Amino acid sequence: MINLKDYIKDVPDYPKKGILFRDISPLLGDGKALKYVVQKLAEKAKDADIIVGPDARGFLFGTPVAVELEKPFIMVRKPGKLPGELVSFKYDLEYGSNELQIQKGVIKPGQKIVIVDDLLATGGTTRAIVDLIENQGAEVIKVLFLIELEDLKGREKYHNINTESLIKY
Amino acid sequence: MDIATRLAGVVKDCPDFPKKGIIFKDIMPIFQDPDLVKDTCLSLNEKILEIGKPDAIVGIEARGFLIGPIMAQLLKIPFVAIRKKGKLPRECHSVKYEKEYGFDEFDIQTDALAQGSKVVIVDDLLATGGTLEAAKKLCDKCEANVMSHCVMFELEFLGGRARLADTPVITLVKY
Repeated sequence: MINLKDYIKDVPDYPKKGILFRDISPLLGDGKALKYVVQKLAEKAKDADIIVGPDARGFLFGTPVAVELEKPFIMVRKPGKLPGELVSFKYDLEYGSNELQIQKGVIKPGQKIVIVDDLLATGGTTRAIVDLIENQGAEVIKVLFLIELEDLKGREKYHNINTESLIKY
Repeated sequence: MDIATRLAGVVKDCPDFPKKGIIFKDIMPIFQDPDLVKDTCLSLNEKILEIGKPDAIVGIEARGFLIGPIMAQLLKIPFVAIRKKGKLPRECHSVKYEKEYGFDEFDIQTDALAQGSKVVIVDDLLATGGTLEAAKKLCDKCEANVMSHCVMFELEFLGGRARLADTPVITLVKY
């Protein structure tokens, strides 16, 4: 039995005063812990047609989970990174604001999507990804996180779609 | 079909992106085929092991994050992230560098790599070599030994390999 919190380092006042940053570097650096996380997330994502993950920490977990499940992985990225015809959504972060994009037509109407990301804070990022996916006519059946900051009630931001997280603070 | 042919077959050329005169290689279609992703990681790892087993895979944000962790998992070694400035907490080494299109700055945590450890730097593509050169400088600051640079694609016509001097470069597809 792995205690995943042992692999997360707490960093106070980063990126600015008052914010307690959860550093996942020790987890990425430990093969057993990372394998455990990928397997657990994959189990929870098994009904997906497609795994979607955002730039950049979503890529760290999203692609291994997609390969484990033998499913496609589709990226959601910040502006200026994806070529071709795109769909965009602007959103608020825990600290700042941003815009996310997805390539048009890579997700088909009716497909079942599971979103994988490293951390749920205010839910702004997830809300944007959900919007991009629903815009394509697909359904987000689950949202998965390594870490959830429960006090920030992020789930409410994207109308309480079925959410699971491996570590809760 | 060999891995190079499979990869080259799905990559899309996007002219004048991100700016006029550049032909962007869109690698996103690769990740729509999980077997291709796995086989790519296995092929890269096979070539890495021909040189020797590394102690860690160092992946460059963000497209190095697409294959780096999978490669590290398959080799049963740690994955270490090199990130854009300001994204990594705690003490970091930094380096400024010139990309194919623009300038940027990278960080690595100072405790990420043990002194003397052997590492392989992973990214999706070698263009001018600026990004990989910067990544090596960060590994040098950690006093780690870079065994090789490892990429899926190399744009030979940009001459990036020359910038990487004596460090071996592993690549699957050359343009």
